[in-house]
Amino acid sequence: MKRVQFSSPYLPYLFIAPQMAIIFVFFYWPSVQAIQSSFYLEDPFGFGSTFVGLSNYADALGSVQYQAIARFTVVFTVLVTFLSLGIGMLLAVKADAVLKGSSTYKTLLIWVYAIAPPVAGLMGMMFFDQHIGPLVKLAGFFGWDMKVGLNYNDTAIAMIIVSVWKQIPYNFIFILSGLQSIPVSVREAAAIDCRSGVRRFWTMTLPLLAPTAFFLLIINMTYSLFDTFGVIDVMVKDKAANNPITLVYKVYMDGFRGNDLGGSSAQSVILMIVVFVLTIFQFRFIERRVHYN
Amino acid sequence: MFKPLSLAGFALAISATTSMAATNITWWHGMAGRNGEVINEVAQKFNAAQSTCAITPVSKGTYEEALASGIAAFRSGEQPNILQVFDAGAATIINAPGAVIPAEDLITQAGYTFDREAFIEGVRYFYAAPDGKFVGMPFNSSAPIMYVNTEALEKAGVEAPKTWEEFEAVAPKLKEAGYLPLVQSQLTWQFTENFFSRHNIQFATNNNGYDSVVDTKINMTDPNLVMMFTKLKAWADEGYFGYYGAGWNDNQKLFEEGKAAFWIGSSGSFGGLQKTAQKPFSATFLPYWNSIEGAGTNTFIGGAALFAMSGKPEAENKCTADFFQFLTSPEIQKFYHQATGYVAITKAAYELAKSEGYYKEKPAAEVGIQQLMLKSGDWSKGYRLGFYPQIREIMEREYGRIFAGETTVEEALKTIETEANELLARFAKTAG
Repeated sequence: MKRVQFSSPYLPYLFIAPQMAIIFVFFYWPSVQAIQSSFYLEDPFGFGSTFVGLSNYADALGSVQYQAIARFTVVFTVLVTFLSLGIGMLLAVKADAVLKGSSTYKTLLIWVYAIAPPVAGLMGMMFFDQHIGPLVKLAGFFGWDMKVGLNYNDTAIAMIIVSVWKQIPYNFIFILSGLQSIPVSVREAAAIDCRSGVRRFWTMTLPLLAPTAFFLLIINMTYSLFDTFGVIDVMVKDKAANNPITLVYKVYMDGFRGNDLGGSSAQSVILMIVVFVLTIFQFRFIERRVHYN
Repeated sequence: MFKPLSLAGFALAISATTSMAATNITWWHGMAGRNGEVINEVAQKFNAAQSTCAITPVSKGTYEEALASGIAAFRSGEQPNILQVFDAGAATIINAPGAVIPAEDLITQAGYTFDREAFIEGVRYFYAAPDGKFVGMPFNSSAPIMYVNTEALEKAGVEAPKTWEEFEAVAPKLKEAGYLPLVQSQLTWQFTENFFSRHNIQFATNNNGYDSVVDTKINMTDPNLVMMFTKLKAWADEGYFGYYGAGWNDNQKLFEEGKAAFWIGSSGSFGGLQKTAQKPFSATFLPYWNSIEGAGTNTFIGGAALFAMSGKPEAENKCTADFFQFLTSPEIQKFYHQATGYVAITKAAYELAKSEGYYKEKPAAEVGIQQLMLKSGDWSKGYRLGFYPQIREIMEREYGRIFAGETTVEEALKTIETEANELLARFAKTAG
């Protein structure tokens, strides 16, 4: 890499200052505030607050409801991450093999990514509408009386389908470009050595895709944990009731709907710790197995 | 070349707004659709009626979102002059003294006289202080009433029920005639809060929460409430009652399409329903159980009230008072009542609409007011419970689980009681 020389030792700091300022204002400052208010019980209008120590954390972690939501969040995150990665990879590998009209296929597979999560949720909601949803009718055709919004598992399935559908194109784009960066010579050598396409995928393609896949793993987990908020909000129509929700949605419900700032801050700090631990784990244990060139 | 021009335009725009010299006040609300349009019309009427004040209504989404935005704005000193707060959020704002100027004080300080007696019985207490002083100005007031598909009744050859006992008698006939007998749109408001008031049963300790936040406990395991939900579940199993989730519209839809015979909605649904219902309909009171002693009392107002936020300049407060005064004038009340279906909150407005023969033409529009004016009891005035939006969420969750068959009625109501009491204790700590 080229070493850049700055005429003044302060100049580089000046250049990164805007970025740092944004990180400070939108990340560090709110984080510190969240940590601080998680130790208080506060009246919504901010007239007074009482220091309660760790009791907000104890209330959240001790609640059966919170534990159930946490369990759902884990299941949801694992399923959405692996399904969207798996299907995205399958489609990318297949699209990569297509010679004729490949750009049409690719565009068709990518365009879904341009849809905003709430819009995706809205479309999902219409597909799974109790009265007019075509997918509900399809399920009924197979004898499955699907009740999205009423039955916990049915709603969970609908949410996972919509969230996965929304994320597949993203994975598709990255994996496809990852595949195309595998040198032709390597592919040809592998093709001479091994006839089985499936085996070639596991022994040659996948290891070479590992850096991309690892990056996508992290991105997909963050997506399932946080960015699915819009999908969930639209699909439960603002009334969670007995429908499954994720931890982020619970933070929103308690903080913004219920005006319990202390409790919801404690929950967001818990989430922050989870993400922190997850990131360390991923980089320490999984990334070691990933080979960059 | 363009710069000086656009600057000049900007200066012109500024001078144009300042030359009006009116005091601007803002009004944040949580209404959409037709009801949101009517709010804009009310604001236009106010702005046209005088020149010293100009009001700007801003929709903040749903009721919950309006309250959350109002609170966030208050904390950063950017609060609107008027904030619309819904029934379940009343305790949050009324228990934060200093956040609002009681509407009654605001109006009397502006030199008007304030007469509590001018308001109809059912709206006087819900948004008032324990001593009866109006804290919020009742605005869109509604009562849960039962809409009736008249065609379904004719086909089945039955009358609209007054009591749930009568409903049990007519439901099989309606089902036979090919209708879903009953749907409702909000179990929390219609079958919980108003269940207590319609049957005159205590909902919470401390005088339903009005007297104090300390040690307030909710009465969700009341045997009568257990009975109500056991019946609802049984009706659902027999096909007499349809439950389509906690969303309002998913349930209303079946009535609009003429597939359901009865729908428990809001008196405020009347305006919209006139446009969307595909079959002729009428309305009647929310049924009650004849078997429960003392039942048949009035329901309290739902909907929302307007709160004058504190920390605003004197001139703007005067405008807010003017607007409240304008809003309660019989003509505007009548207009709002007729355009939306929300109840007229003053006796004068009710009399005015009546004298013009409005209710002869549209009898369904009168049901809500009449239900609010039924005889009241000790426990029919409503409730004031902290963190109530969250308590409603717990109810919605557990009620959903009842109808999904994931829990029993007793179990669900016990869970609600436990979790709600924990929240009430938490609220007492924040308010303390």
